[in-house]
Amino acid sequence: MEKIRLNMTVNGKDVEVLTEPRQLLAHVLREELNLTGTHIGCETSHCGACTVDMNDMSVKSCSVFAAQAQGANITTIEGLGTPDGLHLLQEMFKEHHGLQCGYCTPGMITRAYRFLQENGSPTEEDVRFGMSGNLCRCTGYQNIVKAILATAEKMNEMKESA
Amino acid sequence: MIPSNFEYHKPDSIDGALSILTEWGDDARVIAGGHSLIPVMKQRLTDISHLIDLGGISELKGISIENNKVSIGAMTTQHELITNTQLAKFVPLIREASLQIADPQVRYVGTIGGNVANGDPANDMPGLMQTLDASYELTGPNGVRIVKARDFYEAAYFTAREDEEILTSISFSVPNCGYAYEKQKRKIGDYATAAAGVLINMDNDTCSFASIALTNLSDTPVYCEEAVNNLVGKKVDSNAIKKAVHYCVEASDPVADTRGPVEFKKYVAGIIVQKAIENAIARV
Amino acid sequence: MNETIPPKEERMTALNGLGTSRKRVEDARFTQGKGNYVDDIKLQGMLFGDFVRSPYAHARVKSIKTEAALAIPGVHAVITAADLEPLKLHWMPTLAGDVQMVLADGKVLFQGQEVAFVVADNRYAADDGIKAVEVEYEELPVIVDPFKAELDGAPILREDIADKKEGAHGPRRHPNHIFTWESGDRQATEAVISEADVVAEEMVYYHRTHPCPLETCGSVASMDKVNGKLTVWGTFQAPHAVRTVASLISGIAEHNIRIVSPDIGGGFGNKVGVYPGYICSIVASIVTGAPVKWIEDKMDNLMATAFARDYWMQGKISATKEGKITGLWCHTTADHGAFDACADPTKFPAGFMNICTGSYDIPTAFLSVDGIYTNKAPGGVAYRCSFRVTEAAYFIERMIEVLAIKLGMDSAELREKNFIRKDQFPYQSALGWEYDSGDYHTAWDKALKAVNYKELRKEQAERLEAFHKGETRKLIGIGLSHFTEIVGAGPVKNCDILGLGMFDSCEIRIHPTGSAIARLGTISQGQGHATTFAQILASEIGIPAEDITLEEGDTDTAPYGLGTYGSRSTPVAGAATAMAGRKIRAKAQMIAAYLLEVHDNDLEWDVDRFVVKGNPERFKTMKEIAFASYNQAIPNVEPGLEAVSYYDPPNMTYPFGAYICVMEIDVDTGTTEIRQVFALDDCGTRINPMIIEGQVHGGLTEALAIAMGQEIAYDEMGNVTTGTLMDFFVPTAWETPNYQTDYTETPSPHHPIGAKGVGESPNVGGVPAFSNAVHDAFKSFGLTQSHMPHDHWRIWTIANKLGLHEM
Repeated sequence: MEKIRLNMTVNGKDVEVLTEPRQLLAHVLREELNLTGTHIGCETSHCGACTVDMNDMSVKSCSVFAAQAQGANITTIEGLGTPDGLHLLQEMFKEHHGLQCGYCTPGMITRAYRFLQENGSPTEEDVRFGMSGNLCRCTGYQNIVKAILATAEKMNEMKESA
Repeated sequence: MIPSNFEYHKPDSIDGALSILTEWGDDARVIAGGHSLIPVMKQRLTDISHLIDLGGISELKGISIENNKVSIGAMTTQHELITNTQLAKFVPLIREASLQIADPQVRYVGTIGGNVANGDPANDMPGLMQTLDASYELTGPNGVRIVKARDFYEAAYFTAREDEEILTSISFSVPNCGYAYEKQKRKIGDYATAAAGVLINMDNDTCSFASIALTNLSDTPVYCEEAVNNLVGKKVDSNAIKKAVHYCVEASDPVADTRGPVEFKKYVAGIIVQKAIENAIARV
Repeated sequence: MNETIPPKEERMTALNGLGTSRKRVEDARFTQGKGNYVDDIKLQGMLFGDFVRSPYAHARVKSIKTEAALAIPGVHAVITAADLEPLKLHWMPTLAGDVQMVLADGKVLFQGQEVAFVVADNRYAADDGIKAVEVEYEELPVIVDPFKAELDGAPILREDIADKKEGAHGPRRHPNHIFTWESGDRQATEAVISEADVVAEEMVYYHRTHPCPLETCGSVASMDKVNGKLTVWGTFQAPHAVRTVASLISGIAEHNIRIVSPDIGGGFGNKVGVYPGYICSIVASIVTGAPVKWIEDKMDNLMATAFARDYWMQGKISATKEGKITGLWCHTTADHGAFDACADPTKFPAGFMNICTGSYDIPTAFLSVDGIYTNKAPGGVAYRCSFRVTEAAYFIERMIEVLAIKLGMDSAELREKNFIRKDQFPYQSALGWEYDSGDYHTAWDKALKAVNYKELRKEQAERLEAFHKGETRKLIGIGLSHFTEIVGAGPVKNCDILGLGMFDSCEIRIHPTGSAIARLGTISQGQGHATTFAQILASEIGIPAEDITLEEGDTDTAPYGLGTYGSRSTPVAGAATAMAGRKIRAKAQMIAAYLLEVHDNDLEWDVDRFVVKGNPERFKTMKEIAFASYNQAIPNVEPGLEAVSYYDPPNMTYPFGAYICVMEIDVDTGTTEIRQVFALDDCGTRINPMIIEGQVHGGLTEALAIAMGQEIAYDEMGNVTTGTLMDFFVPTAWETPNYQTDYTETPSPHHPIGAKGVGESPNVGGVPAFSNAVHDAFKSFGLTQSHMPHDHWRIWTIANKLGLHEM
């Protein structure tokens, strides 16, 4: 089968990958682009560990063919924050113990990133519903919810003071 | 969980899609959001050598509400259905139901066209479209034809759509009445154990209009005609509701699975329908 | 002369030691997606291998044709049992003294069993190859019900040992029987029960489920033929044990094997076992000369690697009219699947099931367990518990409830009446354990008060009245649970795995500038060892936790240990850490004495320094001592500052807790709503309260899942019907409630810092709390026992059978 030339913008950089159309976006990111922060948990679009931001949507990259991502603008966990300047969500997940084994964390944070763009002042119920596409086996979610609510609060504080 | 290889096509028009579909016949399949198709391909339960992505066809997208008529392009996502303020205002039933489908990530990608065209009895939109008495626009090499949602489903994964046709849009009238979509499921992301869509209008105590359809309680969605006939024109009290519920349960034909045995599903179907009717009446 | 010494409190705070909610050091890399999990490992020329798996639960394998697969571009090799046989690797030993097929040797015994291993350029080509391997099967009759395994005419599953009358755990009475294990006094117990005022009898089933960590199992094997060295990265909860086992079965000398556990995406017991995938990746690397990766997918994981539970526990409990328990009898039928691959200490084929007397002073008890082969996946791992403690706790907490019904007594009161009293510790249980410490009454009182128990019962009664009047269709269930765990396996005298004593270890090196590295025989899978063990050490040696690096999981560098499972890390490796720290301090004291020109005994330890007694301005800080150890020639003291401790615990530790769940149950839909969960844990000395609380939240959520829906179910053909996360219940944030936590602190008397372990308590105590809530709601209608999981249809069925749908 002929390979296709896949062009995407990933974490702000234009990339080109030669790939079979059947390759899943999660594999392209992980294997071809070495962005291994995007994890694969279930491969059936239930767990959300592979969540990335694609054209301003949270998508499960295990269920997107590479070919469908042609021209897409993608943000992975590696595109949120830098070692010297963590994204607020990353800080709050640490602050509120919103992670344990870390496997679901990149998916959680990328999903929360998009969720907060769409709902900047969520209630706890909003967060639980908005994060319901991501499974975590370690934390029982309570501290993840706390971390996201704290992020929203801080973001709003920063907006007000600005 | 790796699909076999295929050739990928991304036409930018319906005509383009149709010509590829015609050229490759049985070897080709169209893909919308892909959240039903891709898992099946990953398990290699289906053999597809030509995949036609409808994502590049702009005429398949969008929601319009004009002269009391709603038209939704097949590639409109669940997320767009939820966030469209006009739709939420005129047909809140759609938003209520869409929020109960899958999970946030899947709703960004999952489309109304894919959900109704696939013929999966577990999908929510087919029952919902039967509730709304929607019409499906099917475009094929010989032009466009319209099939009512209530006539579209033949058996699980068998529909009135011909292989060379594409379901291009969905339309229905603004209902202007009480509504409800009730769904029992095991967890977020699950299909319904039992679900029901209800529209109802009242003239004082008397039911002037009703529509009820069930999800995942048979190998197709179930439009509950007898229940409707027994409601419309009648004074609606608890007995009338009970009777309608009875007809709905009679019309259902669920199968046992991990969600439970048949008698349980039928019982819950009754509870869910009753809740939906009561909620819909309260919203008239 | 030194400058002013900062106040003691200030110096203690600076250490970030024991008892502080120190933020986790692991989080920087995890939140940035910079963890290094096994599937992230990429080596030059690495190939990918994956399995052809059996679609049948029991079948003869007539032939395997590999030609078509080998013709697929990118496929390098297809390995079958026939290829492994000359290497004697077609079978492997299990952790329970049985043997297990690595690849199907003539037959398959469970759905999903590994039949052939396809090695290819990448996972895409491997999957293409798998689909092209042609296997001819002849289906055989299937056993899924352990009670049918020994009936006349039952198919013999294990033909390889059909004639073997003696197994690893004693005599076998039938080819499908694995072992019978007994504990306690049968005669005395039966006598007590036959003479008792009141006896409650019930079959309590704890269904088959699965640990289901988010990350599946996998490995990367790299055989370096030039140096003769094999390196295997993998999802190993016990890397050293894997090294020894790998050496024993492969014949490669142990010093030529390096096992590395990188970051692990959750374990919960799933990653204790040794799986065919590990073996095949190693063999494939040897055969192809290239590194080979194997990563299972979630369906493989649920179908084939390490189930948990599946215990049928027939129980009898007797008491006086006043409610004093006199005896407990239990016969368990344990469904072990096709191979006995239970991960238990060798002498305990049913794990610590004999902790089933729970938190109660039960003078006489007897337990027997029959292990049975069926056509299901092997395993029997401790899913977030310590070797069958969860089964034991569920059993006794259900038996207490049925006894309370029989006695007409409130079950909270029945518990209180029978708790082992504080003054009875150390307590010798009827089934042979010495409970080290506990204060059950205090914990219980605190819990009942916290939920306002009396008011809850009143509300429940009012709701029941309303229900009878037809005003509501919802009932309230109050689920009580008081559990005692037994963790920290374990004393070498009675705990070993494959002959390896279950001690653990810590090695510390202090660097010249006063920072340190510590290496342990354990491996974190999310527990935060790098954070908490540094805290233990900080308090022991006076170096800030921030200045201590923790390393685990590389057998070339870490001292030998038995790994992380069964809440053993803190009780065993945590103890080793404290003991190694004390060795450092002892040497530091000699160095300080030399530097201060005083006798050793003239010094006392003060947070982070040695101070001359009665002369507090004369001292040497740990940092100064560290430097001195590298640059001073001290008579009779070796240079450097290092220590290692191998800790053999004198006893297990016995964490306990009191959990209460309040649940609303809709009798018509079978749906439930968790209104309140209160969890009080006593894990002895608390190292990091933040992490403890996180562990409790997580364990409760796994308990919730198990009690309310999570199962590995089979149809009568032996097909797994819950093989994806659609059907295998893992709750999302939406279904998960908020939890209220609390604690008491009863230090372990024999642990150097008094800590007991906590990771598994919430699962052990949570399952009975949730299940008891369901039972409690229907108690007044005559329900005594109904099997988990309590999903919607099963709850509906309870209500239906009790006639609640005809009301």
